[in-house]
Amino acid sequence: MKIIVCVKQVPDTSGVVAVKADGTMDRAAMATISNPDDMNALEAALQIKETNPDVKVCVVSMGPPPTESMLRECLAMGADEAYLVSAREFGGADTWATSNTLTAAIEKIGVDKGDIVMCGRQAIDGDTAQVGPQIAEKLGLPQVTYVTAIDYKDGELTVRRELEDGYMTIKVQTPCVLTCIKELNTPRYMSVSGIMDCYAKPYTMWDFNALIDSKWIGAVENVGLKGSPTQVYKSFSPPVKGAGTMLEGADKATCEKLVSILGEKHII
Amino acid sequence: MAYNSKDTAAFKGVWVFCEQRDGVILGTGYQLLSEGRKLADDLGVELCGVLLGSDVNETYAKALGGYGADRVYICDHPLLKDYTTDAYTKVLCDLVEEKKPEVFLIGATNIGRDLGPRVAARLHTGLTADCTHLDVDVEKYKAFLKTTSTIDVDNTPFEDNKNLKMTRPAFGGHLMATIVCPDYRPQMSTVRPGVMQTQAFDEAKSQQTVLEKVDVKLDASDIHVDLIEIKKSAKKLVDLIGADVVVAVGRGISSNPTRGIEIAEELANVLGGVVGASRAIVDAGFISADHQVGQTGKTVHPKIYVALGISGAIQHLAGMQDSECIISVNKNAAAPIFDVSTYGITGDLFKVGPMLTEAIKAFKASKG
Ligand SMILES: Cc1cc2nc3c(=O)[nH]c(=O)nc-3n(C[C@H](O)[C@H](O)[C@H](O)COP(=O)(O)OP(=O)(O)OC[C@H]3O[C@@H](n4cnc5c(N)ncnc54)[C@H](O)[C@@H]3O)c2cc1C
Ligand SMILES: Cc1cc2nc3c(=O)[nH]c(=O)nc-3n(C[C@H](O)[C@H](O)[C@H](O)COP(=O)(O)OP(=O)(O)OC[C@H]3O[C@@H](n4cnc5c(N)ncnc54)[C@H](O)[C@@H]3O)c2cc1C
Repeated sequence: MKIIVCVKQVPDTSGVVAVKADGTMDRAAMATISNPDDMNALEAALQIKETNPDVKVCVVSMGPPPTESMLRECLAMGADEAYLVSAREFGGADTWATSNTLTAAIEKIGVDKGDIVMCGRQAIDGDTAQVGPQIAEKLGLPQVTYVTAIDYKDGELTVRRELEDGYMTIKVQTPCVLTCIKELNTPRYMSVSGIMDCYAKPYTMWDFNALIDSKWIGAVENVGLKGSPTQVYKSFSPPVKGAGTMLEGADKATCEKLVSILGEKHII
Repeated sequence: MAYNSKDTAAFKGVWVFCEQRDGVILGTGYQLLSEGRKLADDLGVELCGVLLGSDVNETYAKALGGYGADRVYICDHPLLKDYTTDAYTKVLCDLVEEKKPEVFLIGATNIGRDLGPRVAARLHTGLTADCTHLDVDVEKYKAFLKTTSTIDVDNTPFEDNKNLKMTRPAFGGHLMATIVCPDYRPQMSTVRPGVMQTQAFDEAKSQQTVLEKVDVKLDASDIHVDLIEIKKSAKKLVDLIGADVVVAVGRGISSNPTRGIEIAEELANVLGGVVGASRAIVDAGFISADHQVGQTGKTVHPKIYVALGISGAIQHLAGMQDSECIISVNKNAAAPIFDVSTYGITGDLFKVGPMLTEAIKAFKASKG
């Protein structure tokens, strides 16, 4: 049995975020990390492998060549094989086009009876949470998103799906696609032996021509910017609201002053 | 003729997916209808609500008209009682392929964000995620940019067309992007709950709404999951989105979280509001996740938002900066929260919080 985990390398949006004058992100100026939710997905796959030794965990990513470093880290955490899909033609993709390329790659790795495809729920840069469900649709597989618990026994898969006001427990047929959130687990660190082994494990790179025969690709018009139904029309930094009034002091008189202003303005 | 999502001229009308849980329509549906009404008026087309469920209550369906729907499509089938991706996607895609709406809005709830991408992928169209602003009219869009961006609107060329301009935050709120889907229909977007304002209910309009029953083609074999149970949180969830006043606490309370939350509750009580929190306080386990305000929590725009010991990270601001009056208490005079605050006090929340409560009590007493 195989578990294919989709992992994306992303700029660290919790650190220094650099926006260029034209309103686009200055990715070069930002540190990159593995997308957090994807590490929860990988951890879940590795846990299933621990109790089911016949499981093979494959990681796949679409991104520029330096994405290799992230995939090597996934191998060092315990994944068995890594695939990098990288070509200029794939650049500038929206989620429709991204899912075409990833679906082509996943089908080339092969989805067989009983297999599971795992994604993070959401990448912290594009923030859409759309790629997982769109891969599922294109693979023709059932999906469960917002997964917070996984119970896998004797080929039966039962998962917990988070709702705003509770949760659903769902038994899902395999093969299927799951998208994972941080409540699912705590990702492990790379092990020393894992780091030693990670360059010896199978690592494959596919370019545009390697995937062109997929029914999801076929021509450059179906991937990257050209294959994207959506376009970024304008981008800009969010406004900073003008600062208001700082009150002097922090005592009883200050509080009374504030309350009287609020009263005068009929705010309270 | 085969369905073709690129035949843009064949698509007409604005649709809103009105999500129900346990037969009750979520507030997001009303918000989206209110917003959809404006878009439909600008386009000069019909606004339709789409309601999926089992034993759908027609009174609820009619009520959708009171928020702006000219027509409500009712898809009633036992297999639509609770949400499953497979059943809801099939029924919605069948209906879109038959009726061909040009705009299709879905609330960005945990369910909407499961359903939207699947539907868009099946229909071969674009989907914009988690939008916070929508326009079809170019002049209205320009007016929006004038107040929310530093773009030199008057010296920038804009194509004059009625494509849907869908604005959303990305990169954790550090960037706003307006997305268009010019060559494919429907133009789809998920819309963040709590951002669009619900218009006043219009009883007369509700009576005029056309209810149209859809012939649903669905079979148990279409569904590849077994929904074993739906569990609601035992506790009553706080209604942040509907609150007029939110008193929120952040990591500033961590030296004594119990007392910190108590201070916020007391202040919220005198102001008739509820308690919110930053993610730091939720992640630390001091308060439950339904209190979280921000990018990954709720978006609120109350009349008064009080921030006690919250630094003002961009992800937090994303959920509260449109509040009418923001009052912040922080012991660090340089905290970024002060940049968005209407009134700020540099001080210790454990001291200032209770004094503020007392001052408001005194004020209210003086007013009788
Ligand atoms: C400012 C901005 C706004 C955008 N808005 C939209 C929009 O509204 N609609 C739209 O269609 N596109 C949009 N895009 C494009 C979108 O970001 C890209 O298509 C991106 O490749 C995938 O979307 P995401 O980052 O949101 O991923 P998500 O859909 O959030 O990712 C979910 C999961 O899918 C997997 N995954 C995603 N990308 C990869 C990858 N490259 N390799 C391996 N696994 C992956 C991961 O497991 C990830 O956790 C926008 C881009 C920008 C810069
Ligand atoms: C992808 C992503 C999504 C996120 N989503 C959210 C979200 O939805 N909501 C959210 O809130 N955050 C979110 N965050 C986290 C966010 O980046 C911040 O880490 C978080 O908001 C910080 O919370 P805080 O202001 O309470 O804590 P801190 O940043 O630690 O600030 C504490 C403040 O309290 C002040 N203080 C300390 N003691 C006192 C005292 N006695 N009296 C008065 N002031 C005091 C300090 O000066 C400081 O300003 C997200 C982060 C990421 C990466």
